[in-house]
Amino acid sequence: MSVYYTSLDHFVLLPVLLLALFGCATLLFDFWVFPEAHQRKYLLIFLGLGEAFAGWAYWRQGAALAINGGEISAFHGAVVVDHFALFFHWIFLITTLVVGLISYRYLEVRDEHHGEYYGILMLAQCGMFFLASGNDLVTIFVGLETMAVSFYVLVGFLRAEQRSNEAALKYLLLGGLSSGFLAYGFSILYGIAGSTLLNDISKAVASRGHSDTILFLAIATTTVGLLFKIAAAPFHMWAPDVYEGAPTTITAFLAVGSKAASFALLMRVFASTLGSARSTWEPLLIAAAVLSMTIGNLAAITQTNTKRLLAYSSVNHAGYVLLGVIAGNNTGYKGVLIYLLVYTFMNLGAFLVLTSLTRKGLAGEDINDLRGLMKKSPGHALWMLIFLLSLAGIPPTAGFFGKYFIFLSLIETGHYVLAVLGCLYAAVAIYYYMRMVKAMFIETEEEETPALSTSFGTQVALVVTGVMTLVIGVYPEPFVRLAQQSFQR
Amino acid sequence: MQGHLLSVILFTPLAGLFLLLFIPKSQKTFIRLWANITAAVGFLVSLPLIIGFDRSNGGYQFVERAEWIPSLGVQYLIGVDGISVLMVMLTTIMGFLAIFSSWDSIKDREKEYYSMFLLQQTGMLGVFISMDFLLFYVFWEMVLVPMYFIIGVWGGPRKLYAAIKFFLYTLTGGVLMLLGILLLYFNYASQFGRYTFEIAELMKINLPLATQQWVFWAFFVGFAIKVPMFPFHTWLPDAHTEAPTAGSVILAAVLLKMGTYGFIRFSLPLLPKASSDQTIVTIVAVLSIIGILYGALVSLMQQDWKKLVAYSSVSHLGFCTLGIFALNQSGIAGSVIQQINHGISTGMLFLVVGVIYERRHTREIKEYGGLAHIMPNYAIVFAIAMLSSAGLPLLNGFVGEFTILQGAFDANRIWAAFAVLGVIFGAAYLLWLYQRTMLGEVTNEKNKGLPDLKWREWAVFVPLIIWAISIGVYPKPYFDILEKPVAQIVHRVHDTANAAAVPATPTPEVASR
Repeated sequence: MSVYYTSLDHFVLLPVLLLALFGCATLLFDFWVFPEAHQRKYLLIFLGLGEAFAGWAYWRQGAALAINGGEISAFHGAVVVDHFALFFHWIFLITTLVVGLISYRYLEVRDEHHGEYYGILMLAQCGMFFLASGNDLVTIFVGLETMAVSFYVLVGFLRAEQRSNEAALKYLLLGGLSSGFLAYGFSILYGIAGSTLLNDISKAVASRGHSDTILFLAIATTTVGLLFKIAAAPFHMWAPDVYEGAPTTITAFLAVGSKAASFALLMRVFASTLGSARSTWEPLLIAAAVLSMTIGNLAAITQTNTKRLLAYSSVNHAGYVLLGVIAGNNTGYKGVLIYLLVYTFMNLGAFLVLTSLTRKGLAGEDINDLRGLMKKSPGHALWMLIFLLSLAGIPPTAGFFGKYFIFLSLIETGHYVLAVLGCLYAAVAIYYYMRMVKAMFIETEEEETPALSTSFGTQVALVVTGVMTLVIGVYPEPFVRLAQQSFQR
Repeated sequence: MQGHLLSVILFTPLAGLFLLLFIPKSQKTFIRLWANITAAVGFLVSLPLIIGFDRSNGGYQFVERAEWIPSLGVQYLIGVDGISVLMVMLTTIMGFLAIFSSWDSIKDREKEYYSMFLLQQTGMLGVFISMDFLLFYVFWEMVLVPMYFIIGVWGGPRKLYAAIKFFLYTLTGGVLMLLGILLLYFNYASQFGRYTFEIAELMKINLPLATQQWVFWAFFVGFAIKVPMFPFHTWLPDAHTEAPTAGSVILAAVLLKMGTYGFIRFSLPLLPKASSDQTIVTIVAVLSIIGILYGALVSLMQQDWKKLVAYSSVSHLGFCTLGIFALNQSGIAGSVIQQINHGISTGMLFLVVGVIYERRHTREIKEYGGLAHIMPNYAIVFAIAMLSSAGLPLLNGFVGEFTILQGAFDANRIWAAFAVLGVIFGAAYLLWLYQRTMLGEVTNEKNKGLPDLKWREWAVFVPLIIWAISIGVYPKPYFDILEKPVAQIVHRVHDTANAAAVPATPTPEVASR
């Protein structure tokens, strides 16, 4: 095979190149141009420009796909861009932008405003790119590690705080372990197929029998690695501690971006590459989904720290998304995409409100810190209500349509027990979301606290996420079409 | 297609709510006034509906159809038939009276209070006029949130417990119902090759009995919790007791009716085989009868005035479900009329409790006694409310209960025998309550000098009393408007059930009055 580059390779890789470029530029300009702490928020311009250029590149890729259809494959099939990948790229872009917007005020409050933060955000996004677009085990693995290493740094960004350091170390150790599992699984897959390209692996897997021990080993270890990344039970142990210790903005990034990227990978690996071995991995995912919903829900009930509560709730949500993968029909995959899209907005929104609660000398992470929010800042309280109702899946918010497709797909494929279980757990979940609602609307503040820390950026982000949560709930038609189109390959 | 009348009715409260948001919090009187105006307008715009409604037509009227989510087959499809038009009127009237009655009693966070009421009003109206199942479900769930806040923020001492219990119970029922809906939706798609939530279309599915039974039970949980039927009723006494007066009124008068309405509108016509299945009918009827008797007996034992009224709701709603599952014309028609009656009489009873609670801040029955000497007008109003609830002839309660018993008797004499017992117990607990609180000597010094009804309270009670008497004396319009739609449902249940056997001709016995 002769090694050469085509213009197509550049076309596919352009967004991620731009992101990396602007990310590195941030690291440089941090020292040269904006040495003072209060100037560092101007580095957001780099983030904005990077995302704008990346968005432009995605848009061009989308236009090319609309004309030619199918997929654009580059580097001998190691990186592909199809509608499915683009769907996720847009999610990552929105997530990074929102996280960037809400970060500067938070970091100022915590006295940890450093320029590299924005650069690393973009580098993490580069890693995510390869999780959604990678079509080759090595490419995927490198992408995964790029994302993971960026996150290890970001999680420990509050250098003066013990919890943050502890969280970073925990995440590093457990993340390393899970990467090990994944690499092990990948190596067996390579052994089976003799190629690292997913397309070749897909063919090799299809030609093997159903009760194949080697294949089972490969699938089991890959599953363990992936379940770690999406924080599904029983491999969720790191999530509450890391979510709690990380800066709230990074918790949001982790809960939304990292999870969506890992799900993109999971869909690509299980739904298409290992599709023929469904009977092997389906029981594993069913067990993980049921455990995630059970543990996530039951553990969330007793939490008093809002970040931990949302961490367990995100374990629960991972369970729901897995149900869509388990159903595995058109509706199910569509449901996964819609769910992740919806989850992006509502979860970012919920974390955003928590970010605003962090004020000088007040962590604002206890559920009691939400008390009297309706009186103090009705805007925040009402938006938070919408996010929480959406997380609980109450119509007419977006969360309902996420669950709608999941349930429908389970019914269509005859997984009635899972459907009933999912429904009942949806009712359990309302209990802990309503605890937060109760604190905001019914209880009152015990002592006077300073005003919420907001900024122009957080307000813009709040309105965008809130409006999207409502719009998808009230008029989901365009988003359903988008997901439909993204799934058809 | 008569314009967009239904949409106007549906969205008037929401529009009012939107404008209410712009009124500053401190303008309390203006907020109250605006909420009252909105509710009054909501009632007034619903008048053309009942006036323009064509009684000779059994189908849906004032239908509006628009695409909402075409890729899922969801439409904005609303319309009313004889059953729902009565429910809409009940909602607009009781909604206005509930908001009006809150004028003096709510003195805290008025803006949020009235916002919640208006939002709830739209939700309830939507439930009664939706002809698309997903639209229905959206409104069904939308109602939960305002009620949660009404109980949770403005309720009594155990409000938090009651509010979350209400939410958890009804949401659990709701999501299981959603599964039933999706099962129907999926079966329709596999038979007809396209997706739709339109109820008229979903009726065309040919489902085997076993599937119908599964869907029936999924619906049953949702509706039975809302009604509430025994043994799902335990949220009701808590919610009713802790809710503010107007909240209790709306809860009893309208919200519970969403459950019984669901049975009539969805369970029976969509699942005729399951609904006429002997086992299912027996189970539901037995649960209804247990509800009737249990509710009545527990009411007898209550020390708390408001809790007593709450348990009496369980008993009265038992009659409604029993009537529905008698599966004949008089049973179902009686049930719908009884739902309205229950709205009026129990609404009045809650208002009666509210009046005394505002003056004395206790609901213990033994705190009172001989109130008739102090507040004679109040005693008269209470007497009328009590007698209407107990089913005295010439008042509304009698009409409904009698017709239901007639239907139950036709279906199964033993049911009727037990249900009649419930009527007797009903008279017993209500009369005893009246005796303990109103009659005899004034036993408690604190009660001396309590003011009698104020004009605002009169203004709430008088329309209800007039309404109660008018139904009691001349119920014919109600039976007329219900005749055709109920006959259709009865036909559908019996025709489909007997489709395999000899096509029996169902005899739609029109209640002759």
